[in-house]
Amino acid sequence: MKRFRQFLCVFVSAIVLLSVLAGCGNAGTADNQGGGSSGDSSESASSSSVKTSTFGNTSGSNVTTFEMWTFVELHGQLYKEMAEEWNKANPNEQIAIALTVMPYDDMHNKLMLAIQSGTGMPDICDVEIGNFPKFLQGDIAFMDLTKYIDQYRSKIVPSRIEVYSKGGKNYGVPTHVGATVAFYNTDILKAAGVDYKTIKTWDDYEAAGLKVKAAGHIMGVAETNNSAIFDIMLAEQGADKTDSSGKPTLNTPEAKKALTLMKKFYDEGIDKTIPGGHPDTEEAYGALSKGEYATVIRPLWYMSRYLNYMDDLKGKIAIAPVPTFKDAKYNSFGGGGTGTIVSNSAKNKDLAARWLTWAKLSDDGEKQIWNILGFDPCNTALWNDPSITQDKNNKYLQFFQTNPFDVLNDIKDSMGIIKSTIGVPTVNNILCNTTLADVLKDDGADPSQALEDAQSQAENELANS
Amino acid sequence: MLRIKRFFYNQKVAPYMFVLPFIIIFCAFSIYPMINTILMSFQKVLPGQTHFIGIKNYTRLFSDKTFFIALENSIKYMVITCALLIPFPMLFAAMVNSKHMPFPNFFKAILYLPALASVVVSGTIFRLTFSESSDSLMNEIIGLFGAAPIQWLRVSSTGFTVLIVLCCWRWTGVNIMYFISGLKSIPRELYESAEIDGASSVQQFFKITVPLLKPTTIYVLTISIYAGLAMFTESFMLWNGNNSPRNMGLTIVGYLYRQGIEKNDLGYGSTVGIVLLVAAMIINVVQLKLNGLFKKEAM
Repeated sequence: MKRFRQFLCVFVSAIVLLSVLAGCGNAGTADNQGGGSSGDSSESASSSSVKTSTFGNTSGSNVTTFEMWTFVELHGQLYKEMAEEWNKANPNEQIAIALTVMPYDDMHNKLMLAIQSGTGMPDICDVEIGNFPKFLQGDIAFMDLTKYIDQYRSKIVPSRIEVYSKGGKNYGVPTHVGATVAFYNTDILKAAGVDYKTIKTWDDYEAAGLKVKAAGHIMGVAETNNSAIFDIMLAEQGADKTDSSGKPTLNTPEAKKALTLMKKFYDEGIDKTIPGGHPDTEEAYGALSKGEYATVIRPLWYMSRYLNYMDDLKGKIAIAPVPTFKDAKYNSFGGGGTGTIVSNSAKNKDLAARWLTWAKLSDDGEKQIWNILGFDPCNTALWNDPSITQDKNNKYLQFFQTNPFDVLNDIKDSMGIIKSTIGVPTVNNILCNTTLADVLKDDGADPSQALEDAQSQAENELANS
Repeated sequence: MLRIKRFFYNQKVAPYMFVLPFIIIFCAFSIYPMINTILMSFQKVLPGQTHFIGIKNYTRLFSDKTFFIALENSIKYMVITCALLIPFPMLFAAMVNSKHMPFPNFFKAILYLPALASVVVSGTIFRLTFSESSDSLMNEIIGLFGAAPIQWLRVSSTGFTVLIVLCCWRWTGVNIMYFISGLKSIPRELYESAEIDGASSVQQFFKITVPLLKPTTIYVLTISIYAGLAMFTESFMLWNGNNSPRNMGLTIVGYLYRQGIEKNDLGYGSTVGIVLLVAAMIINVVQLKLNGLFKKEAM
């Protein structure tokens, strides 16, 4: 008996220890795969645990080490490259970056807590566009980067700097334009006898979808946990989710038209829901790799997801403008984005700001943003630079059937806008948690009514902000 | 010097000295935050800029549908867990404690094990087990019976059930421990004399065990009410974040977190917290009153 008790004791303590350790290791696994990301989680993919890595000049003396947070592991590759380049060019100002990768929600919540409590902010941090406005309330904890951005300003798409600004001051350094496009799996379309080049309007999309359905496949994703398709449909009509003061505008005729169309596609069986709730989740990468869905509508940064998570689709994907409404004003918009900030409490703020703006906005930086990350750079001059657009060695250009720059140049003059206002996190939260899921299901709710409900809920939640 | 010494050796002072560390910690980490929360619930709180806005947060709260969804979820969860996590652990405790039970320690350990796993781990495992893809464990199991895969965590009824199952799986063992310790204090003689009088095991359970376990039951009920209303982590891990479809897993604490942290509105978050505090207090005071805790002889 005593023996047994001893054994039990050891066994139980071992279990305790194990579970505690396992708890430590897994505390950060809240990445977005279970769905329910808060709306515009555009770049929220899958960094599955908290990791810190240091790069740049890690051994020398007289090195300034910046603590940096991001929620996209891939971004680290850019910062690593640019830190090393900087050190080569500036022997007197050596830097190192201690980069911590955290899941999307965790990182933003942690940053918010650091600001609210006044301690523990990183020196440099990636902030997702949908979250940006909420950090600009009260005393702003971010450094005013206006004068550092000035020297690059003329080459950069102005709206991408504007979205990270308040009161004429620029607080965030943009990463990409994020032009929204359609990714077609041509294998599926060919099997159904559809040529993606003929899909210009949503009517064409519907006709093609019915053929694809008849051939036993699914045309597109009915996104229940992300508003990307709803957003593009609004932007095409020149409408928005909030007005410039941040008040929700979800019950407009344009919004109702968009959601009614989405529901029609769902009811006809053209679009179906996807595991994970939207295409930018690990479960969805699996479903897409199996070749079940013909279309994904996402900003161009989604290219990197194909390369990193769905490489069996190499050569099968064509990029094209998103279908649009007849007589629509636009057929794309800049979706998602990351503004990188320097904290007011950062050490050697001046150096941090100079490095950051150089790393992301200089010609070198913009080229690396394309080469390493596959994002459409904010410097539109590069879109026509043959050394970029015709680079045979570029892995992104090799992967896709079509050249993304052709598509970009095609839609460059018809870019709509979805503003990032203080109301957006709330509106997205309601859309992505409730409205879309209520409407896009069997016997789903009436789209107009659902949007009226969403509007009144959003108005109330935003009542005194 | 002598006076100081006398002060410390004074029998009247000594007890206060002993509880002083607790009092200090309690004031710093409970009383002060509580008072501050009450203040903040009347304020609009932004980094560096805070001002009073009267009862605006409260009027907003009472027309906030999402808050009432959260309130309903928390209360539903609390009621169901109390209804399940008191009778069954009591029964299991009586069984484990019974002299007819083979390997009692083995069962005690097995039943207690889930409580040792961290919520993070168990929530993640449950999420994967009940994943909607057709090759998740649960969908494979129901597939054996010919059923179609279910989107477990996207449908309110199944989603909430998974949450309850997770809770029961984790907490049954803990409550069993409480009940076993309660059982140990029931004198053996009562059972022996009942047996001599010809009482069956069932009769013994209902006539002796249940009434004499009342103090333990009240204790377990009180902490279960509190734990039920304050639940957050289980839902957070099960849906991999604070956002579940149609807010089916949103709890009051989850809503507090969403408003206070995720939306940078600590004033409104504090208001939600105050309502939670008041609700938990009222329910527990009523419950304790009904159970006669405030009458001395009941204990």
